[in-house]
Order: sequence, then C-alpha cells, then structure tokens
Amino acid sequence: MNPKEEKVKIITEEFDENDEDTGVGSQKKTSKMARQERKKRLPAAGPEEMVSENPHLGNQPEPLQEDSDTRPLSMTTRRGPRSLPPIPSASRTGFAEFSMRERMREKLQAARSKAESTLLQEIPTPRPRRFQSPGEKELETEFGAEPGEEAQKTEQEDDSQSRSRVKFRDSVRKIKTKPPVPPGFPSAEEAYNFFTFNFDPEPEESEEKPKAKNRDGTTQEEEEGEEEEPPVQGIHKTDEQLLISATEAEAFLWGLDHAAADFVAVRPADYESAHVRLQMEKELLFVPSRLTVPTYKKLPENVQPRYLEDEGLYIGTRPDVPRTCQNIMENRLLTQEPGRRWFGDDGRIVALPNPIKPFPSRPPVLTQEQDFRAELETLYKKAVKYVHRSQHMIGSGDSPGNFQLDIDISGLIFTHHPCFSREHVLAAKLAQLYDQYLARHQRNKAKFLTDKLQALRNAVQTGLNPEKTHKSLDTTQKTINEYKSEIRQTRKLRDAEQEKDRMLLKTIIKVWKEMKSLREFQRFTNTPLKLVLRKEKVDQKADEEAYEAEIQAEISELLEEHMEEHEQKMEAYRAAYQQWKAWKKAQRAKKKKKKQAVEEHPEEEMGEPYPEEDPVKPVPPEPTDRTLMEHQVRERAARSRRRPGEPLLVPELSLAGSVTPNEQCPRVEVLRREDVKRRSIYLKVIFNDKEVSRTDSRPLGADFRVHFGQIFNLQIFNWPESLTLQVYETVGHSGTTLLAEVFLPIPETTIVTGRAPIEEVEFSSNQHVTLDHEGVGSGMPFSFEADGSNQLILMTSGKVSNSVAWAIGENGIPLIPPLSQQNIGFRSALKRADAISSIGTSGLTDLKKLAKWAAESKLDPNDPNNAPLMQLISVATSGESYVPDFFRLEQLQQEFNFVSDEELNRSKRFRLLCLRSQEVPEFRNYKQIPAYDREIMEKVFQDYEKRLRDRNVIETKDHIDPHRAMVAKYLQQVRESVINRFLIAKHHFLLSDLIVEEEVPNISILGLSLFKLAEQKRPLRPRRKGRKKVTAQNLSDGDIKVLVNIIRAYDIPVRKATASKFQQPSRSSRTFSEKHAASPTTHSPTHSADYPLGQVLVRPFVEVSFQRTICHTTTAEGPNPSWNEELELPFRAPNGDYSTSSLQSVKDDVFINIFDEVLYDVLEDDRERGSGIHTRIERHWLGCVKIPFSTIYFQAKIDGTFKIDIPPVLLGYSKERSMIIERGFDSVRSLSEGSYITLFITMEPQLVPGESVREKFDSQEDEKLLQATEKFQAECALKFPHRQCLTTVTDISGKTVFITRYLKPLNPPQELLEACPNNPQATAELVARYVSLIPFLPDTVSFAGICDLWSTSDQFLDLLAGDEEEHAVLLCNYFLSLGKKAWLVMGSAIPEGPTAYVLTREQSHYLIWNPCSGHFYGQFDTFCPLKSVGCLIGPDNIWFNIQRHDSPLRINFDVTKPKLWKSFFSRSLLYPGLSSVQPEELIYQRTDKAAAAELQDRIEKILKEKIMDWRPRHLTRWNRYCTSALRHFLPLLERSRGEDVEDDHRGELLKQLGDYRFSGFPLHMPYSELKPLIEAVYSTGVHNIDVPNVEFALAVYIHPYPKNVLSVWIYVASLIRNR
Amino acid sequence: MAAAGPSVFLLMVNGQVESAQFPEYDDLYCKYCFVYGQDWAPTAGLEEGISQITSKSRDVRQALVWNFPIDVTFKSTNPYGWPQIVLSVYGPDVFGNDVVRGYGAVHLPFSPGRHKRTIPMFVPESTSKLQKFTSWFMGRRPEYTDPKVVAQGGGREVTRVRSQGFVTLLFNVVTKDMRKLGYDTGPSDTQGVPGPSPPPGLPL
Repeated sequence: MNPKEEKVKIITEEFDENDEDTGVGSQKKTSKMARQERKKRLPAAGPEEMVSENPHLGNQPEPLQEDSDTRPLSMTTRRGPRSLPPIPSASRTGFAEFSMRERMREKLQAARSKAESTLLQEIPTPRPRRFQSPGEKELETEFGAEPGEEAQKTEQEDDSQSRSRVKFRDSVRKIKTKPPVPPGFPSAEEAYNFFTFNFDPEPEESEEKPKAKNRDGTTQEEEEGEEEEPPVQGIHKTDEQLLISATEAEAFLWGLDHAAADFVAVRPADYESAHVRLQMEKELLFVPSRLTVPTYKKLPENVQPRYLEDEGLYIGTRPDVPRTCQNIMENRLLTQEPGRRWFGDDGRIVALPNPIKPFPSRPPVLTQEQDFRAELETLYKKAVKYVHRSQHMIGSGDSPGNFQLDIDISGLIFTHHPCFSREHVLAAKLAQLYDQYLARHQRNKAKFLTDKLQALRNAVQTGLNPEKTHKSLDTTQKTINEYKSEIRQTRKLRDAEQEKDRMLLKTIIKVWKEMKSLREFQRFTNTPLKLVLRKEKVDQKADEEAYEAEIQAEISELLEEHMEEHEQKMEAYRAAYQQWKAWKKAQRAKKKKKKQAVEEHPEEEMGEPYPEEDPVKPVPPEPTDRTLMEHQVRERAARSRRRPGEPLLVPELSLAGSVTPNEQCPRVEVLRREDVKRRSIYLKVIFNDKEVSRTDSRPLGADFRVHFGQIFNLQIFNWPESLTLQVYETVGHSGTTLLAEVFLPIPETTIVTGRAPIEEVEFSSNQHVTLDHEGVGSGMPFSFEADGSNQLILMTSGKVSNSVAWAIGENGIPLIPPLSQQNIGFRSALKRADAISSIGTSGLTDLKKLAKWAAESKLDPNDPNNAPLMQLISVATSGESYVPDFFRLEQLQQEFNFVSDEELNRSKRFRLLCLRSQEVPEFRNYKQIPAYDREIMEKVFQDYEKRLRDRNVIETKDHIDPHRAMVAKYLQQVRESVINRFLIAKHHFLLSDLIVEEEVPNISILGLSLFKLAEQKRPLRPRRKGRKKVTAQNLSDGDIKVLVNIIRAYDIPVRKATASKFQQPSRSSRTFSEKHAASPTTHSPTHSADYPLGQVLVRPFVEVSFQRTICHTTTAEGPNPSWNEELELPFRAPNGDYSTSSLQSVKDDVFINIFDEVLYDVLEDDRERGSGIHTRIERHWLGCVKIPFSTIYFQAKIDGTFKIDIPPVLLGYSKERSMIIERGFDSVRSLSEGSYITLFITMEPQLVPGESVREKFDSQEDEKLLQATEKFQAECALKFPHRQCLTTVTDISGKTVFITRYLKPLNPPQELLEACPNNPQATAELVARYVSLIPFLPDTVSFAGICDLWSTSDQFLDLLAGDEEEHAVLLCNYFLSLGKKAWLVMGSAIPEGPTAYVLTREQSHYLIWNPCSGHFYGQFDTFCPLKSVGCLIGPDNIWFNIQRHDSPLRINFDVTKPKLWKSFFSRSLLYPGLSSVQPEELIYQRTDKAAAAELQDRIEKILKEKIMDWRPRHLTRWNRYCTSALRHFLPLLERSRGEDVEDDHRGELLKQLGDYRFSGFPLHMPYSELKPLIEAVYSTGVHNIDVPNVEFALAVYIHPYPKNVLSVWIYVASLIRNR
Repeated sequence: MAAAGPSVFLLMVNGQVESAQFPEYDDLYCKYCFVYGQDWAPTAGLEEGISQITSKSRDVRQALVWNFPIDVTFKSTNPYGWPQIVLSVYGPDVFGNDVVRGYGAVHLPFSPGRHKRTIPMFVPESTSKLQKFTSWFMGRRPEYTDPKVVAQGGGREVTRVRSQGFVTLLFNVVTKDMRKLGYDTGPSDTQGVPGPSPPPGLPL
C-alpha cells in the first residue's frame, strides 16, 4: 500500500502545480483519514444501502453519460469481456459474506492489468480520443470542484454513495448474467462503464502519452510527468468527494467515500510502461551488439593479424559456435574487459581445440545382424581332459595323456630280392647309380666348391689391394694367408668332387652297356629301364676360354704357391748358407790358425776336421718349372674335368622300355616271374617291442616294388623307445618269413604331420635263398660272366619309404609326450653334430643361443645347407625383427595388481582364505578367519606345511618296514588324488539332490496306498517307524552316542581246573563221540568241585571300548550268558568336524571284549575266613569282536550274532559243548565251531550317511556292453531293488571296467601249494588264510565318499591293502587256479554290510568263504555272516539272484537254472570274450626272513615299552624264561594255524612253569601297521593286573609269507607265582 | 582390545517379516532361517523362526500379514558370506496338506538404517505333467531338500521353478566397527561438504 500512497502524494502535488488549485493540502490529510474510516465502515454499510438506494441508479449514470457514450465503442469491446474473469472469483460467495474491500481490490487490480495490456497492445486506436478525454475529465473535475465545497456537499455525497452502491449492484448482476455480456446491454454495461470509467483514463492516457512524447521528442522527465497525470486527475476527483464527505462530518459516510477514493488512488502507480522500463534498462543493462567486430579493434594498435594456421602450425579444430554468438561475445569482451587478453593473434577469441572426438569411442553397434553375431560369437574350446595322478601307479605303468604318432608307410622297394634276375640286378645297380647321380647333381658340390674357390680368390684379390688394407697389415696378411690355404684345400676338394662326378657318369654308362648286352644275350627284357644320355651343346669358344682361364688361374696360384714355397726354401737355404759360410769362415780361420799351429803342432791339425761333421753346403732350391706345372695341371684337368667343347652328358633313366611278355621268355624266366607273383609282402609296426599294427598284405610287383600307402595313427602313452617295421614275405600259401627289420628313427618333436618328409630307410637281411629258376637268389654267389668268374654275392635288401611324425591335435597342439618322459641319455651322442639336437628344439626359438652355437661351430656361411639357418641368425642378430625374450598374456595385469604378488603371498590372511577355498583338509572348516594378519598365528600353518614337507619323505618311524611305509605313502597319494576328483564331483548336483519329489506312483504303490487307507488306525502289531535322520551339520562333541546293546552270547569257553591240581588236562582225551555222550548236567558238578570258591564254569562280562572310552556290562554266569544291557559310548569326531566326509573317514573300531571275572581268595589265613572275605577280582580276556565305526555309520544299525574272535589258545579255558545246540544240527554245522555273541549296535541320533559319488567314469569298454550293463542293472533293480547287482566297477585309475575281467585263474604262491600236496581242502584253507593275512583297509576309509575302487590282484598284492572285494577277487582267482568252481558272491553280510564273499562248489555242497577272515562256512550254516546273496560273478558271466529269498540258507546256487538266476550273457547277448585286466601270472618274491626277524624284535620291544607305559604306577617285570618258552611255541601255532595245539602246549607250558598261575593268550593278526597291534594288545587288558608280584611275558613271532605278507603272532601273558 | 582396534565387526538386524502377497493362497505361515559364510557367527537372537498362520485380510488388499519379528546379531571378520535370510512359506492345499508356497532369499542389507525388501517367491516345478498331477493329488509337491539351497548358487541349474507371490520384509540394520575394519557400507560422508564449484571454463 505504501508505494501507492506515496505516488498519490506526488500526483496530488503535481496536480496542484498544474491546475493551480489550492487547498488540496488539506484534502490529502482527509483522504487518508477517510480511507481508514472506510475500512471500518464498509462491511456493515454495504448491504443496507444497496437495497435501499437502488432507485438512484437511474439518475446517477446520467451526468456521466458523455463519457459512457463515447467510450462504449472502444471500451466495451475491449474491456467489458476482459474485466469479467477476475470478478467472478471474488463475487462467487456473495458480497454479504465476503469482504467488500477485498473484492474492490481485486477488481482494481484486474482493471489495472487490463489497462496495461491494452496499452501495450493497442497503441494506435485511442489517438482520436486523446483530446477528448482530458477535456471531459477537466470538465468533470471542474464540475465536481467548481460548485464549491460547501454547496455541493450533499450532492457529492449521494454521488459517491451511489457510485459505490452501483458497483456493488453491478457485481451482483455479474453473478447473474455473467457469461453473455452483450455490448449493447444498456444498464449493466452502462453501469459498469460508469465505474470503470474512473479507471479508464489512466491507461488511456499513459498509453497515449508516450506516443505524443515520441512524436514531440520531449525529454524523459516531461514524459514521466505527463504519465503521472491521469492518475492525478482520478485522485483529484475522489479527493473532492472525500472533501465533501469530510465536510458532511458523518464518520461512517466518510469512511465509505474514502474507500472508493482509495481504489482509484492505488491503481495508476502500479503501472510501469515498457518503454520506461526500456529506458531504465538502458541505463542498467548492457546489450552487446550482434554485429561483427572489425579485427583492428580486437588487436593491439598497429598489429597485423597473424594466422598460425597459415604459418603451418597446427591448431585444432575450434569448437563450433554460431557466428552471432561469437560476435556477441567479442563485443562484450571489448566493452567489458579493456585488455585484449581474450583475443589471440589472429584476432579471434582464444579457444581450445574442440574436445569432442570425431568418432565415438564406444564400439559401434553394427546394424547388420550377422555381423552382430559374429562379434558376440561364443568361442567353444574343447574341454581339457583331466589328467589325474597315475604316475604313482606301482603296478600298472600307463601314463596319462594320449599322444599320437602317425606312421605313414608309403611303400617298399627291393634293391635286391632272391627273385631278381640278372637283369634286375643290373637294373637295380643302375637305378642306384642313377639315384646317386641325381643326389649329387642336386647337391652339385663341384659347382659350389668352384664358386667358393672363386669367392676366395676374389677375397684374396681385394685383400691384396693396398687401398683397403691400410688398417693393419699384420692381420690382413694373416687373413690372406688363411685364404690361400683355404683356396688350396678347396681346390683339392673340388678336383676330387669333379673326378667323382665323372667317374659316376662313366660307371652309369658302363652298367647301362652291360645291361644292354645282357638283354641282347638273353633275348628278353625284364625291366623297363632305359637310359638316355642327353647331350647338351656348349659354346665351344666360351667353354674353352673358361677352361683355359681356370687352368691359368690354377697355374698361377700353383706358381704362387710354389714361389712361396721356393721363397721359404730360399730363406731356409740362405740361412743354411750363411751358417755354412760362417762355418766355412771359421774353418778357414781355423785352417789359418792351424797353419800357424801346424807349424807348432803339426799332428793336431790332422785330427780336427773329423770330430765335427762338415756342414754340407746347402743346395739352392730349384726354381719352379712353369711348364712342368702346367702339364701337371692340364693332366689333372683332363682326368677330372670335361674337356672344353665336349658336350655336357646328362643321363636320364626312364621306365619307358617294354618288358618282354611271358610267352616269348624261356621257361626259367617264366618260372621266375610266376614265383614273383606268388609272393606278397606285409609290414608289421612294432612300437616299443610290441606289435601295434600291420599293413595289408600286398603282392610283390614285377618291378619288386610294393605300394602300401597306409597311415597308422598310434595312440601312445609312453615316449617311444623304439619303432620298428618288420618286413614279412609270404610265398604262396606256405608260411610267412621275416625278411628284415627296419628301424625307424623316432621323429624330433618339431616334426608333425604334414611337415614330415618321406624318408627311405634301407634294410637288408642275411638269409640265404637258392632258387631253381632264373632268380639269382640271395646270399648265393652268381656271376654275369659265362665262365662263372667274377662272382657276386648279393643279400636281400631294400628300402622302405615312410614318414613318421607326431600328430597334431584338433587345436593345433602336437600330441607329443612331455619332454620329461624322454630318455635323453641315448641321444646325447648325437648332440655335437646337429644344431637342433645340441641345443634342443626349444633352442630354435632362442636365437641368441643359436647364433652362439653357429659362431662356435664355425659354420660355413656360404654352405647352402646352412643357408636358412644363417639367414635366420642374420635376421635375429641384426635386430630387424626383435624377438622379446618373454611372452606375456595379460600385459596390463600389472596395472591392476593393487599390491605386488610377493606382498599378497606374504599376507597370512589371504593365504588362509585361499587354502580354505581350495578345501585343503586342514582348513576346510576353518571358521572366523581373523580380520588382521597379526591375529593369525604362525602355527596355524605349521601342520599343513609339515604335511607338505613330509609328502615325499618316507618316515619309517611309524611303519618300521620300509615297504609298508612306501605303500602307506602311495595309498595316501592315491587317496588325495581320488579325494580331489571327488571334490570336483561333489559340486555336480542332480535334481534329487536339491528337490524332494514323489515318484510317479505305479500301480502297486497306488494299490498299497489305497490299502493303507483301509488300514487300522491303531494296529495290533505296530510297525517300527524309521528314526529321524540327522544331517551332520550342527553337531558338536557329545551329541552323538554309539549305543551297544549286548544281548547274549553262546558257547563261551569255560574254565578248567587250575594247573596245580591237574597235571594232565582234563579234556585232552575228549573225543567227538564223547561230546555227544556227555551231558551238560554231568559237567557242571564235576567242575564246580574244581574251584575253590564254588564258582561256576565261567563268569563272563562284556567290555566295550571305543575311542578309549570303556563301558562294561554286569557279570553273568555260565557259558551261555544273557546280559541284555545297553551301553552308551560317546563319539568324538576328529577335530570336531562333523561333516559327512570327515565322519566317513573315522577309522576307529568298536572293541567288544569278553572277559571272565575270576575271584581269588587272598586271605592268607584261614582263621580269618569267618570274619571277612578278601578276594581279588581278576579278569581274563576270552575274546573280542571288532566292528569298525565306518560300518556302523553306513549301516545305521548292526543287528546280529557275531563270532567271537577267540585266541587259538586260551590257557585254563576250554570249550564247553552244549548238547542242546549240537543236537539240532547236522554235521556241516560243526564246521563253524566257536563262540558267538548277539549284539545290536546303533548310533543316536542316526546320521545320514554320505551319498555315494555318481561320477560317470571313462571306460574302455565297448559302448554296447556298457549299455547292456545299464539295462541289466535297471531290470534287476526293478525286480529286487535291495539286492546288490554289480556289473561294472571302477579300477584304481578311475576307469569303469566290466567286472568279470577281474576274475581269472591266478597262481597262488608255490610255497602254499607245496605245503600239503595231497590234501586239496587243506590247500584251499591255506590259500584262504594267506589271502586273509593281507591287511584289510576299507575303501570308505581311504576314499572318503563311497567309492569302491577295485585294484587288480597284482596291484592288491603290491599295495598289500584292500577291502573285501580285493580279497575276494584274489581268493576266487586262486580257487579258480586250483581247479575249483568258484564265484564271487556279492551280497550283504554282518557286520560289513554290502560285501563280497567267495562261493566254491565242492563235490556235493557249496562252501562260502569269508575272504577277509579266511573262514569258510557251509551253505546251511546258520552262523554264516553272509545274510543275503545279490549276484554271483564268474570269470565269464554274471548271475543275478531272482529267487524269492536271498538268504544263502534258502537259495539254490545252481546257476544253470535260468529261473533262479538271471544271467548277463545269454543267448541274446553272447559273451564277447573279454580279456582280463589281471596279469598273466603273479610273481611272488620270497620275503626277506632277516627283515622279518628284525621287525619281530622291534615290535616286541615297542610292545613291551607300551605295556610299561600303560602301567605307570606299577613295576613291570618281565619273565624271561616264560618269554622264551612262548617264543618257541609261537611258530608251532603258525604251523598249525592255531588249531589242535592247545593241549600239547598247555602241558608243555605247565611243565616249564609249574608254580606260576598263568593267564595269557596268543593274538594273531595280519601285519599292516604297528598301531593296530598296540591297540589289540591294549584291548585285551593284560596290563591291567595290579597284583604286586605279577610278572609278564610277551613274545612276538612274525611268519613271512611270499610277497611280504606277514603273519604276526603276539603272545601276552601274566604270571603270578602260586604259593 | 579396544585400543588395538576391533577384530570383528557386528551386524545387528531387527525387523519383521511383514506381509505377503499370495493372490491364490490363504492360511499361510512362513519360516525363516539365515545362511551365512564360515567367517560369520551369530552372537545373539534367533537364527530361525516359524510364524503363525495368517489369513487374508478381508479388504481389497488381500494381504497376508504376519509381522513376525526378526532379531539377530552376527559377528564376522570378513564380509564374504554375508548373511542371507531364507524364507519359505507354507500353507494348506485343497486337501488340507501342508505344501510349500514359496521360497525366497535376500541378503541382509549392508548399510545401516531402515530397509524394506520385497522378495519374489518361487517354488520348484514338477518334472513332468504326470508328476505334477500326482503331486497335486497326493499333496506332496516338490520341495527343496533344504530351504537353504535357495541362498546358494550351486546345483540350481538342475531345477525349474515357478514364481508365485511376494513377501515383504523390514530390516533395521545397525553395524558396529565395519568402518574400523575398512568396510565402508554406510551412506557417504560427503553430505555436508559442498560440491565442487564448476570449473571456470570458457565464458561463452
């Protein structure tokens, strides 16, 4: 509001000036007051007056009519419609509710804006009115002002009131008749105009005034003043009204009037003309011109623009900016920044080159679809075959990879054959000579030497040239001399070569002549050979000149040489002459002296000359005779060289001649030819002394050539040691004879298929053949002469043309075995001669090395043989092609390495993370790897590093026997490799691994489920429900328990009378019949009498130990005790790792030991017996059952009756025969004597056993066979899903092998066969025992993850460890070799679960052999551990059990009945005759007895130490006497295999140790490691006796069997002296 | 220890399994569990849970609301194996057998703050039409052997799944010592710093 008011003031003041109206000052004050008043009054007064003073309307407009009359034309059209929109918004809610003032203000504003817009839009229109309206207004104001303030008061009041009212009413009307406001509508329009009239003038005038101004060109001030004028008038008018109302002195009316005046006053001040603004802007703003700036303005004074571009300097493309923009910028810069720093020398704005790249850096998206695909095409690479570690194989020697050697045998040519006729012999000779000629011609050595000679001569010539030799005379002289000597040598060589060439040519001609004469003589031709001598004319003159020049040169050289020689000789002569002269002089002087002296001593003179020899006067050397020399040279030239002018003779051998047909030949010749026809040749390819393939047999041609043209691709594993071709000849239908062997060189690794040249390898044989026809035979003398002189002996010989090369794989890599495999030794002799072999093929790429070699070996750079090499070297050394000595695949890698590799490797945390991710066993489950290196202890890695270090170190500490140590190491390695394979396989999932899905029900299941619906909810006989299985994941120590339920035992040995009372064992005489006769009731009383405390026969209890935790049952009584107790043993997994793979590899055993509890009275004094009982409890070990944890883990529960492993000798115990048992069974039953225990073992909670790995292994089996096996297995599984059916197994190198290949008769050790030659049963038992002595090592333990690897019998014997299958296979093979009918039985047994047994057919019955224990059972033996039979496997077939039952007791083993046994090979699929994987025969080394003895001593020592360790609180005394007695006894036990010696032994022992109470027993085990032995001794608990005066005896005996199979006997005993 | 700097960082997550959208099914309940790497260990809270059965709301949203709280704290030395929450939703089919209605998994959010996640859920498909029918009839739909499979990549190539429904989860994440160990997951620090002023280029 304030600016408006101010404006009002200004306006009024101006008004005063202009109109000279006084008294306005007071008006101003009142107007303000009135306005304020009006604000208060308006809301209340409005409505009333409106209603009451409607009639005024008619009167009021009239005085203003002039205005409205003139206006409507323009105003209504322009303003009427426009003014409408703002009003409705204000008047909608009605004036009664709405603030009047608000509405007024809105109207005001709307009107103002309209005025402004019209002002801007319609400049020309209002011009005619310009004079009119001011005048009117003038009038109007005068009309209002002139009457005087006092007189006109009321009228004015009415007026003003009515005006405001009209307005109100008008707004009301607008609500009603808003949309159509026709221009002609009288009342509304008029009324409106009446009101708007007040507003109108200002815009009108303000718009007109600038016009006038423009026209008049008046100053701005004037314009402004004029501009202000109209509002002043308006205000003035209202002011008048205000004055009137003020004089009226009615407060509320006052206010009303002033309100109206207020609106009027505010409006015009708001307006600001665009023109004015422009003017103002002109002052404030700067608009640069768009015109181009002349260049001189932009440059400093008097400076010409300089265009760098024209001067040839590069300036980048300037960014593209429109010209106008540039101009604007330039103008601006010029005015704003006076400095010209923005302008360059060329007068343009300085600009950087256009930063926009001309082409996109993103690869262009190709529109064409095909190209697009080509860009994104996937590159398929062939999968790289996983080469597993089989170099560790001991038994089998095949190595990984398959490499290929291509042998191309193109043909065979005989250079001599027995069937050669004489002509053939000559022809062969001719051909040979011709070949030689061709070869020589090819090499053209003479030419080369001539050239060399020429070059050397030139060199000498230039060397002699004084200009060039100014450097150092010495060296040049030296080189010239060298050259000269070389010239001499070369000349000699050249002459020799030339002579040879000439001789060869002569010989060829001679042989050809002979041949011609022979053909003439015999009157037929056998060979198509024909020699043509082609003469090449030569230019006689030139030739002669060359010849002469050559001779002259030679002569001059020779002369020179001779001169030199002469010179030297002369030198020598001169020297000699000087000497001689000196001597002469001396002589003369002497003579003189002598003469003088003669006079004095005449005799002396005589003797002087004699003692020293007179130097002979040197003969001056003769100067060389030129003519003589020339003669010599010419002679030599004539001999060796073509005479000048003589035509060049070029022999050409062709096969153009015709062979005389058979009819025209004599009979002998026809015979020969027929003989030739009957012969045919084939070649065998022998690789590493093994025949790998042979060529087809091809008939021998008349020309004695055989064409094969066959390529053999040898898929090889090993580096070839030798490669031989054997040439075989077949004559007619009689046998073949080996003609010769051709040894082929093994190709270099650089020779690959396609690059290998065809080579001819010669062969010859020394066989003697005489033929009765024209053929000359072999090794027989024959002659071409008629008289038989000049005899010739020719051997069969020939050439094989072949090429051997390495094949190239699909990806271009030659299939060559790695270099490491090569045996380098035998090639080293060749090394010096050949560049490639001396530095190796890899050296070829190392050019420096090559150049060095070339320099060292003084290669002749001119020799054409060396040409490519020299070129290569020159290129390499000149540096034209730079060959970097490294090759980097990712050359940018370094940029992306954020730390150096060393630093990364040093990081312990990184290492730990890597190892964990590789699933290295030590770190596989490492949790919470620390965040910082410093928090990782160094010892974390210690174990791992130690293991890595020890991998190759064989430690003998644990194993004692080095072989076992090696085997253990080997097993470890095999295991690691297998585990690695499984780790890979573990990441392959099947649908069933991830998703549980119900199988599609077949009819039977559907029926069953329907039946289930009808089932009783609470059946009378509830079925056992499976326990919930727990995945071994969130388990920790103590969560898993092994439950052992010991139910009962049968036939526990019973005590015998104590030794002191019985001198003779009571039961030694007991016979079989006696057993039957005796009754148990009679036994007990007799025995009870034997014991002092009236104890029963035996008081057994069971102690179960597992992982060194021991639990035991209560003591029962009698030989057939029943305990029915459950023992709970905690299970601890190694390292707290309860993952499946870890649990599988737990090797611990559950030992179930049966002890006899014996009470001894320790009372010394009988008198105290009444008051107290002092007894000592002793426990005597009776036997044990050992069950591996892995069996429990995989079987989930073990339920059955087991045979107790009772030592063969139990001193003080014997078997108590229970008549009840014996009565019920037949005689076969008695085969299985022994004690039995019934057990139930399980785990709580039940763990999910590991899944077997279903890796599909490669196989070398026929694909059809594999399909058949799958079909067979599927069929079998459909019928009897729980019966084991095995057709293929995995061998130790991881290949699938058909199972019958494992069965083949193999010879047992001879030693075993000789033991009981006439008792087959005993031999069989012995063999079984031998097999059982090979240590048992379950695959599941060694190979985590259930994977059965079958090793062949020789591998098994090499490894000396294996599981049931290997034992069974070996035993079965032995039985087969013994002539028995034997099968492998695949089935399940207790406690092993699925296992393999051996079935043999004796005369009338079948025997089932447990290969691991060596025991055998009759088919109907109830205690046979084999509980079900799945299939039988023989050497040539597999039979699946399709009988109703699978218990061996209830099935028929007759495999010939197809109703009972489904055979794999039948009439539909015949047995294809599969070769065995087993070796031809087994070779047994005798075991070193000394080593065994040593081992025996060491074991004994260690065991003794262990026993002492276990008794830390007691003194352990060893009874040496007893020990030696035991030691003697152990071999006896071995001999009798622990049977039937008890009584003798006992007697013997008792005799020796009469007054000792003795308790002890021998243990028998196969030897694998020391640990099981210690464990076994510990489990017997012998050391637990704590009687103070106890003594111990321990003896070890090792019986060596062939192949290092050791049978270990340990006799442990405790002795207590009887008092 | 505190002076030497922390050796583990902590991740505390609470929140809830809010609701689900399963347009075709009703009366669902859900289970959740966590899958995390070897370097992670839960220190507090429940690692798995099973919710109440919820019925669809009667309004247009048809939401299945559980509002089942999650509250767990992990500690770790290594962000590798960041915990994932695995959800499996079950409900009765037409015969009243409990069948699986969806599996889903999502990593717990890395950055502290409040996060809302909506996981699409899926179920394994039957291998054949016949199987599908029988599984529908018998009420034994194909299921994952272990719901944790859905948080792993291995072996998924042998399965086929169908998507059905969504589950919305709300997490409030608090971390401790992450930055001290060099893992910066939070919002950037540069909020207060004014951005670099535009370089004085050419006055065009």
